[in-house]
Amino acid sequence: MNLFTPISWNDAGFILTGVLNTVYISVVAIFFGTILGLILGFARAECNKIVNMCLGGVLDILKSVPLIIQLILFSTFIGAMGYPLDPFVAGSIILSLYTMAFMVEVFRSGFDNVPHATKKAARSLGMSYWQTVRHISIPIGMRSVLPSWIGVGLSVIKDSALVSVIGYMELLRTAEQLISRSQQAVMILVGVGLFYFLISYPLSLYGKYIERKMTR
Amino acid sequence: MIEIKGVHKSFGDLEVLKGIDLDVKKGEVVSIIGASGSGKSTLLYCINAIEAINGGQILVDGVDVHDKNTDKNQLRQNLGMVFQQWNSFPHLTVLENAALAPQVVKGFSKEKAEEIATKELTHVGLGDKLHEYPTKMSGGQQQRLAIARALAMDPPYMLFDEVTSALDPELVGEVLDTLRLLRDDGMTMICVTHEIAFAKEVSDKVAFFHKGLIEEMGTPQQVLENPQKERTKQFLSKVL
Amino acid sequence: MDSYNFHWNVVWDAFPQLLSGAFTTLHVSVLSMLVGIVAAVFLALGKMSNSKILSFLSSVWIELSRNTPALFLIYMAYFGLGAYGIHLSPYLSVFAALVFVNGGYLAETFRGGFQSIPPTQYNAARSLGMNRIQAYRHIILPQMFRRIYHPMTNQFIWSILMSSLGILVGMNDLSGETQRLQSSSFRTLEFFIVAAAMYYVIAKLVLFAAHLVSKRVFKGELS
Repeated sequence: MNLFTPISWNDAGFILTGVLNTVYISVVAIFFGTILGLILGFARAECNKIVNMCLGGVLDILKSVPLIIQLILFSTFIGAMGYPLDPFVAGSIILSLYTMAFMVEVFRSGFDNVPHATKKAARSLGMSYWQTVRHISIPIGMRSVLPSWIGVGLSVIKDSALVSVIGYMELLRTAEQLISRSQQAVMILVGVGLFYFLISYPLSLYGKYIERKMTR
Repeated sequence: MIEIKGVHKSFGDLEVLKGIDLDVKKGEVVSIIGASGSGKSTLLYCINAIEAINGGQILVDGVDVHDKNTDKNQLRQNLGMVFQQWNSFPHLTVLENAALAPQVVKGFSKEKAEEIATKELTHVGLGDKLHEYPTKMSGGQQQRLAIARALAMDPPYMLFDEVTSALDPELVGEVLDTLRLLRDDGMTMICVTHEIAFAKEVSDKVAFFHKGLIEEMGTPQQVLENPQKERTKQFLSKVL
Repeated sequence: MDSYNFHWNVVWDAFPQLLSGAFTTLHVSVLSMLVGIVAAVFLALGKMSNSKILSFLSSVWIELSRNTPALFLIYMAYFGLGAYGIHLSPYLSVFAALVFVNGGYLAETFRGGFQSIPPTQYNAARSLGMNRIQAYRHIILPQMFRRIYHPMTNQFIWSILMSSLGILVGMNDLSGETQRLQSSSFRTLEFFIVAAAMYYVIAKLVLFAAHLVSKRVFKGELS
């Protein structure tokens, strides 16, 4: 008698849920990570040394502790405090913060790339500080940032696989469950790998393309 | 003596040198002038065997530069070369820049190599910069370093490829002074240059290149003050 | 809000096991880095070579490693190869995946570093009478090494952090050891807080050491 049941078309819906969940949590994390990263990146570029050091210290922790440990720690912590969260919510919070830590550096370097002379020219035209930020610093700074923004986005899609550890049914976890049921590891894994590759590779090519266009 | 006989050189379909004949005797200073793209720099690269040639012959002290059996590394020790971009080695100090080749190519001890390097660096006026890094120096200083670095190999010939073209105007003088110094030492030199006044002052012979050929050659008085060919006159009227 | 009572004694008693886990983490990271560097040299040379086949095969490795999750690659090594009767231990699975990724990323780092050295540096060295090998040994490689040093340090730290995925295949690295200890003691928070701190300290120590080395080795600036 066979303990395992081979995969069939009935499993397509299950896999598709995994695919959508991977896309879903990646988009959420990139969205919030970008907004928070933009704000804190601006703070790092413009604020004094003390603010910068405190901010840098916190971001450094997010970048120096493995994501998987952060996920387990956070979900255990809120559970122990008596407020268990849905894996999606807990995963989104940590993945967004993790994304933010890398986005901050992306945007900081973008703001640093805006020449002082350009900002001074804007002020000399009578623009206020915030008008200069809005009309000069952000448009100029953001343009140079696109390739590294894509780079961070791509690593978020890949790192979203780790949210499976706190029970979120993303693509790799659905695959793992199918594998333990059907024992058809190779076929399932190749399909999963192909999915990641087909999302990531064209985007990375596009990133390289813009980078080349900008350096020319 | 450097003998250049009917040298041809092409890059793909583009023929850059179309038969160059030029002799440079010991102790002579020869300047090569002409518009960009006339093949001046390419000739220097061919003399130094950095580029291969498609026809003709180049002899340095009787040694055929482009012969298969010629040891190119041995040959290049006799031909010091300085480039338009100074190409200082950024990971080495000024002293190390100049001492490296005597050490690894000639096999001198570190002490001896540094002694030679110090002497040449002092000669070009960089004696107080020995332990600095070249990226911290001006273009003029880096170019003088490049000259000292080549001199440290004690070559009988020096090739200069538009060594002042990439410099800010106020830095040109110090490098030309260094070249005058070498001429006064009796060094044999070929200078590809845009500095007509300088060529007039230091050269024994001036060659005007036009489209891969030597259009006119002679003493500075003949070529620069009293040119016979129409193209030479046109060129000089543009650059002077 | 429930108040959670921290019990640190259990963690303290298990500290030797955590340290041995940390040692395994360092072990697999260092080894995967060393083998990854060797692989990367060949991949970079392969990608720059004139042979279309070599260049294509190198690109396949490089792009697969850069565009798929590390966890996927660990599963490939652990479950995927298992389907062909090649049963890798958790340690070897993580090691193989990290080597694959390090090789791919470092190959691009090496290639970029090599291409960033202007060819005029090579010509200048040759014009002084140096032969090919001398020019590479004294001029090109030292400058290239300096340019790839920081990306290499980052890749090493990435390896340390990503080896924590060993937890998912039951490896006895720092994260796997933590998982085992917490499940038998139920002091999940305490154990993972300490593990997080240990990863942080390891990453900082590596960075600090790399900084000290670079200060001693690299003098002067690159243009």
